[in-house]
Amino acid sequence: MRENVVEVQGLTRRFGAKTALDNVSLGVRPGIVFGLVGENGAGKTTFIKHLLGLLRAKTGSVRVFGLDPVRDPVGVLGRIGYLSEERDLPDWMRIHELLNYTQAFFPKWDEAYARELLETFALDSRQKIKTLSRGQRAQTGLLVALAHRPDLLLLDEPSSGLDPVVRRDILGAIIRTVADEGRTVFFSSHLLEEVERVTDDVGMIHAGRLVLNAPLDQIKASHHRLTLRFRTSQAAPPRLPGILFCEGAGLEWTVLCDGALDVLRAAAEKQGARIVEEGKPTLEEIFVARVKQTVSVRKEA
Amino acid sequence: MQIRISPQDGVPIYLQIINQVNYLVASRRLLPGEQLPPVRKLAETLVVNPNTVARAYRELETAGVLTTRRGAGVFVSEAGRPPLPQRERKRILSERIDILLSEARQMGVELEEIVELLRQREKAIDKSNMGRRSEP
Repeated sequence: MRENVVEVQGLTRRFGAKTALDNVSLGVRPGIVFGLVGENGAGKTTFIKHLLGLLRAKTGSVRVFGLDPVRDPVGVLGRIGYLSEERDLPDWMRIHELLNYTQAFFPKWDEAYARELLETFALDSRQKIKTLSRGQRAQTGLLVALAHRPDLLLLDEPSSGLDPVVRRDILGAIIRTVADEGRTVFFSSHLLEEVERVTDDVGMIHAGRLVLNAPLDQIKASHHRLTLRFRTSQAAPPRLPGILFCEGAGLEWTVLCDGALDVLRAAAEKQGARIVEEGKPTLEEIFVARVKQTVSVRKEA
Repeated sequence: MQIRISPQDGVPIYLQIINQVNYLVASRRLLPGEQLPPVRKLAETLVVNPNTVARAYRELETAGVLTTRRGAGVFVSEAGRPPLPQRERKRILSERIDILLSEARQMGVELEEIVELLRQREKAIDKSNMGRRSEP
């Protein structure tokens, strides 16, 4: 098996009193789409900056293609296509000037592919970057990130603030990148529906901590939404293994659990409840349950 | 090939693809020997991960619904869809029936009414399939 494209171990980062990343470890397998999800300020951008070598790991280690991005920026950055959340492009350049300029940094720049993308995104290469719409700006940034056919496409909140048409271009770019043998995508997002569409592996980050990290299929298979009906009114929520979230009162309670269905069924029965509804929660529901759970656990602690 | 993906459904996307291809083959909207779009193309159309499409195709192939011909693409098996084991058939239908029953209950529709409606729908579907088959 090929080694992980990204390998992060025990990464902790503090800005003053605030802990931006708290002992984060994760690996990204080659040829997959990894989605890092979390609220604004959860630590997603800080994490990505470590992958790019823009921040140095003070505690823990960061390896991209087996290399330290701070020590070997050329070896790492030359193989990454990056789109930042701010999409910071030089306003005074025209698109074709930006392409010529960027090309110089990447020996693998694919001119034909760049032209194809210009056409796909319906961009006019003579246009000044300053005059581009928000969506066109994102498309231009994406074009620059893609045209050297990077081994790792790294996108920080690529869809944020964009209309559905441009969002689809971005998802299309992610899909085409992994469809090309061996290439890998890492992106952060708070749009859970998009993440659910295109990712293989999901990492959920909350307040700097990685609260869940697993293949999407595994996450979907192990989480259940159950509605329990009791024979007698209950004063407290039911106690079930792996319970993340619970709402309800009296006779009927709806819970979100991470666990095996037969174990949950047996536990419910033992407490005098019957399951009146079984469903599969969406990634968004799982995320919200996980985040709320960490909040309540912390309050108890 | 008409496939609709709903990430909000809760059902994993590869299973949604499998279920719908099965349905299309069973309802003969995909015929034995008919070619399916390549993984990459279907992934782009549905806006889903190509690895997910590949997994769905792989499992459909294991189940004997699809066959891959090297260099040519993915096709519906000539043998057609092998019958599902009894238990599996029951499981798939029970899931759907449970949804139907709970919706009917909420709307206050009696079981007899549902059975009658099922009969009506079967007739309607038969009729439209007859129409389809008589097309050239």
